[in-house]
Amino acid sequence: MSLILLQSTSLAATIGLPIIIIGALGLLFGLILAIASKVFEVQIDPRVEEIISALPGANCGACGQAGCAGYADQIVHEGEAINKCAPGGAATVALIAKIMGATAGAMQQKVAVIHCSSGGQDNTKWKYNYDGVSSCKAAVNVAGGPNSCSWGCMGLNDCQAACTFDAISIDANGMRVIDYDKCTACGACVKACPRGLIALVPINRNVYIKCSSKEKGPDAKAVCGSTHPCIGCGICSRKCPVQAITVTDSLARIDYDKCINCGLCATVCPTKAIQDLLAGCRKKAEIDPEGCIGCTICAKVCPVDAISGELKQLHTVDKDKCIGCEQCVPKCPKKAIEMV
Amino acid sequence: MGYIGEIFVMAMTAIFIQNFVLARFLGLCPYLGVSKKLDSAMGMGMAVIFVMTLASAITFLINKYLLMPNELMYLQTIAFILTIASLVQFVEMVIQKNAPALYKSLGVFLPLITTNCAVLGVAILNTGALRSDGVTAYNFLDSVLNGFFSGVGFTVVLLAMAGLRMRMEMVELPRSMKGMPIALILAGIMALAFYGFMGFKI
Repeated sequence: MSLILLQSTSLAATIGLPIIIIGALGLLFGLILAIASKVFEVQIDPRVEEIISALPGANCGACGQAGCAGYADQIVHEGEAINKCAPGGAATVALIAKIMGATAGAMQQKVAVIHCSSGGQDNTKWKYNYDGVSSCKAAVNVAGGPNSCSWGCMGLNDCQAACTFDAISIDANGMRVIDYDKCTACGACVKACPRGLIALVPINRNVYIKCSSKEKGPDAKAVCGSTHPCIGCGICSRKCPVQAITVTDSLARIDYDKCINCGLCATVCPTKAIQDLLAGCRKKAEIDPEGCIGCTICAKVCPVDAISGELKQLHTVDKDKCIGCEQCVPKCPKKAIEMV
Repeated sequence: MGYIGEIFVMAMTAIFIQNFVLARFLGLCPYLGVSKKLDSAMGMGMAVIFVMTLASAITFLINKYLLMPNELMYLQTIAFILTIASLVQFVEMVIQKNAPALYKSLGVFLPLITTNCAVLGVAILNTGALRSDGVTAYNFLDSVLNGFFSGVGFTVVLLAMAGLRMRMEMVELPRSMKGMPIALILAGIMALAFYGFMGFKI
């Protein structure tokens, strides 16, 4: 009897003590955490949680953040672009736009633009016939690339392979065409291009310098022909009504924060290196004689002096001079200028 | 040998000779998972140093004042995991409230390593570790320092791995070798290289 009792007490002691100690530890830590979660509670913006639930939750890192939660936080607090989620695609962008409301609408939507007008079969001068792995990254290492211009497109379409949205297609000449509706400005092609020819441009700016050559004028013409390369002459820079173009290293660059999309530079470029998607389709300004009070504001903002008229007299637009930049339209206090 | 020498031996042992990843093969999950980019590897490394140091300190106390007097050493694993997980959770809350900047750089990594085997490993190895004289068991300061240096060792190889993998990204590889296969081969070669340190006698 006493033996059984002894055994049972030792058994109770052997099992009981660990249970008590570990149980007490767990209880204590649980209590501390419960209290801490109240004491150290941090208010999280409800939009962050909503965006996290809208995102796919794959934590793939395509957006450049560590995970979906990090991206949601960046969207709400740092104003990160909402279109960086590759797996989510357009549906997720729409969801996030809904959550973010007006802030998303105000954000600049961008599109990828290839800053080179070479790269096709008909418009590229070749140094040699490249016959290796069909990748720009590989070709660029073979004697500086197969094309004569060491800045230009090699036409092996790494950008197309990198695009997960099927936004880059190849036309009959072998040139890359970017579909503005499909492009989400994810930047995958920007990274894929070993020559760094692709940049993201605001989608509402349609004038591009289609060259990245830093060669001096004659050298650039020698390797690319006379109707493609930027020769760094600076005419566009001088003509630009808003000083948005700067020329460095024989290459003009457009500052899209300043650019007003007027397309004047494309018309003056001697080598046609500047592409203007709106060329020929811009509307001209017209002043409604009923509304004009002769305040002269429109004449002052016009970059090409196409508007004339005395103070308190009716103003008129010289249609030949007007480049359709629409600078005067929002400035008119009587809303009397229309684009026709 | 003074205490400074003792610390030096401990540091060399933890970082090179008995490196947690490449000699003890602990903590391989973050070693392969978070070594794609240098900056996230850095964040992970800092979090591991932080958690290892903290875990060494708290588990030493738990072991010495709770488990050893009651002869419950066989409960180390469960007691340590419980302690480390709650402690890290608690610290995470405190950081989130009081140091948002630190939380931003460390926050995402902390929950990932609460129950990591390297962290548990340093806690358990500390309890049985001896100083270089081969007799004295680690005291509190020894344990904390060993935890810190083990974390440093982990960070060193994690950063080296991240640097190598970033370079490997630019190399044309056969399709079957891309990603994890080449990372595992890299890890194996690095482990072989670290075996060279094994013969060192300080």
